[in-house]
Amino acid sequence: MIYAGMFYIAAFLLVAGLVYKIFDYSRTPAPLKIPTTPAPTTQTGVVYRMAKEVVLFESLFKSNKWIWVFGWLFHFGLFLVLARHLRYFTQPVWFWVDIVQPFGKYASLMMVAGLAGLLARRFVVDRVRYISTPSDYLMLVLLIAIGLSGMMMTFVAHTDIISLKEFFMGLMYFDVQPLPQDPILMVHLALVATLMVIFPISKLLHAPGLFFSPTRNQADNPREHRHVAAWAARLDQNN
Amino acid sequence: MAAAEFDIPEIKDEIEIPKLREGVMAHAKSFIAGKPVQDFMGYPHELGEDWKERAIDKMGDLLGKYRSLKVFLDACVHCGACTDKCHYYLGTSDPKNMPVARQDLMRQVYRRYFTTAGKLFPKLVGAKDLTKEILDDWYSYYHQCSECRRCSVFCPYGIDTAEITMAGREILNHVGMGQKYSNEILGKVQKIGNNLGLPGPALEDTLEGLAEDIEADTGVPVKLPLDVKGAEVLLVTPSADFFSEPHVESLIGYAKVFHAAGINWTLSSHASEAGNFGLFNGNYETMRKVAMRIRDAALELGVKRIVVGECGHAWRVAYSFWNTLTGIGYGGNDPFSIELQKQLDPTYPQPQHICELTNDLIKSGKIKVDPSLNDDLVVTYHDSCNVARASRMGTEPGGQFTIPRELIKSVVNNFHNMADDTIYESTFCCGGGGGLLTDDLMEVRVKGALPRVTALNNVVKEHQVNFMATICAICKAQFTKVLPKYGFDMSMVGGVHQLVSKAIKLD
Ligand code: HEM
Ligand code: SF4
Ligand code: SF4
Repeated sequence: MIYAGMFYIAAFLLVAGLVYKIFDYSRTPAPLKIPTTPAPTTQTGVVYRMAKEVVLFESLFKSNKWIWVFGWLFHFGLFLVLARHLRYFTQPVWFWVDIVQPFGKYASLMMVAGLAGLLARRFVVDRVRYISTPSDYLMLVLLIAIGLSGMMMTFVAHTDIISLKEFFMGLMYFDVQPLPQDPILMVHLALVATLMVIFPISKLLHAPGLFFSPTRNQADNPREHRHVAAWAARLDQNN
Repeated sequence: MAAAEFDIPEIKDEIEIPKLREGVMAHAKSFIAGKPVQDFMGYPHELGEDWKERAIDKMGDLLGKYRSLKVFLDACVHCGACTDKCHYYLGTSDPKNMPVARQDLMRQVYRRYFTTAGKLFPKLVGAKDLTKEILDDWYSYYHQCSECRRCSVFCPYGIDTAEITMAGREILNHVGMGQKYSNEILGKVQKIGNNLGLPGPALEDTLEGLAEDIEADTGVPVKLPLDVKGAEVLLVTPSADFFSEPHVESLIGYAKVFHAAGINWTLSSHASEAGNFGLFNGNYETMRKVAMRIRDAALELGVKRIVVGECGHAWRVAYSFWNTLTGIGYGGNDPFSIELQKQLDPTYPQPQHICELTNDLIKSGKIKVDPSLNDDLVVTYHDSCNVARASRMGTEPGGQFTIPRELIKSVVNNFHNMADDTIYESTFCCGGGGGLLTDDLMEVRVKGALPRVTALNNVVKEHQVNFMATICAICKAQFTKVLPKYGFDMSMVGGVHQLVSKAIKLD
């Protein structure tokens, strides 16, 4: 089964890559206090600030309403779609996953609409065109292709969901089952595996990166708390 | 290279986002530091055979020491939200002055040498080998960034281009391309004690002269004490305050405040500079060495409080970094910090901004002011970038905006803010910050001031504003030079304590 092997490899690269990156970010010190102020003065405040960034894209909202609308449609759509997909990996299906099913179905429209908007900006706005690399376009195309192939199966040509679920449950319990031989499904899955592999070596690192961004995750309390990185503390000893 | 002739941009009704004009600012290069300057700093002064390896090694070193650099180089999604946020882009329309493009100058090299994708598929992800052309671009465009952090407010991940610029300059220093202006100043402050290279005796003369002027003017013997052991307050202020106009008017203001409040204070000849250009070059050790002079002076003089004068980046370093670098602050439990902490008075914030101090004194009625003495003025306030986006005053977030305004409104009767998207956290840099305040970058400075000047022009037209107050030595120097080019009077810029100075009642 090529697809089974493919998913094992992709999942391994995704997890190993992300674990390494997160380990690497956390071991790299932030020697100075650099929150972008005004910033919360407490750790609780930082959690609140970060939550607003993750859920509402607060800074993006301040800076550009178009990117915000498209970006938020895409991400929130993606989130619902991913939540809906959990039904292929849980048995019995968790109750909240059941609840999001109908929403997840239409969220794919949000997602693809958002992506299309973002892609259009890359062509239309001269500043964004200037900074775009081929990978920036390809990433959006890849995600749109994933979205469209998924929507084909939801809205146009249904695939054999029962045996698909058996395939994924099988992967999870190391009991490989055959994959339904549906060309649309195979394209969809191949693209998803590609995305998984790319994730830890691309700009998709913005997802973990945000949580490690010192301008957002530091509390503004430098007069009250002395903040010293290990490599910098050694300098104090020579005085 | 003499600074080229250039056109002064036209002030429009609104701040406009220009169409890209590629390469129009590539020629703007500040002078490169020569041998004596670089020798003192421990950097080479010319590119050696091995400059490429040195650059990449240094980049690797910085990536290991600064999480900001590593995360910021990885996380950018090229969304473009920051592209219209930099005053240098708005003023020059050179696309490499868009924050993300400025970052990409380094990111392209980072991707090539430090990431899997860039090693395997350089074309796809825009990764490039380091070349002399790229290095020249770094030199040009990392000296067209004032490290003002405006972009970091608007980036969804808080990517702060200033961090990249600092790293870029540090790498440039290590391959022998230091900037003359900043590195000369770093030499002076370490050898003499201030950025202007004003030696102790000259400083003493200046201060005595000022005291005489004040007495002649007001009839009150206001002193400007130097190196007084056992004083309660050590005032650390940018050295421009000692002799530049309009800076010196604020220095007179501080002196009057201390006098009126009966606070025993002193300046220090050893620490006669609040500014710290180590910040601009992204070198922790240099920044620490410069800041240590203040700790040393505080210990030597035995002061109980440390107060900082009107200077933007100095306040950033003082507020955000002094505790880290030198233990000036609270919360340290190592012998190094405790030594100083047990000397300082815990009822005051350490360090304290002069605006915090004066505002408290006025609010508690310890000093008296008469705002009608400023009735000839209609005032606006320019938030300096480092104060606005990299520090705080008071106990609440945003105190850096409210406290200076509160103070201004207590000493003047006519005050108007500029447009909302040009003040507070969205404030526009004066155009001369971050080591750009040199004549060889005049074109960058004038064009970079355009957004601020546009906002100023609107309040001038609407409210007849005739004075723009600010609390930064660089802003003051920059505006007095640049505003006349746009047809404004240079005397319409000055410090907040210049206003205090006029309104304060001395007995
Ligand atoms: C913690 C989770 C995440 C947060 C907070 C987040 C946030 C953001 C924000 C604020 C943007 C910029 C605006 C935009 O262009 O949409 C962005 C862009 C992007 N995100 Fe995420 N994201 C997250 C997870 C993900 C995941 C899991 C993917 C995976 C597929 C993803 C894919 C993208 C892509 C492709 C872009 C670039 C869009 C463009 O090219 O313009 N994000 N993200
Ligand atoms: S830090 Fe300021 S000057 Fe530098 S790129 Fe950002 S907005 Fe421009
Ligand atoms: S706003 Fe942030 S993520 Fe978007 S292009 Fe600018 S630096 Fe990159």
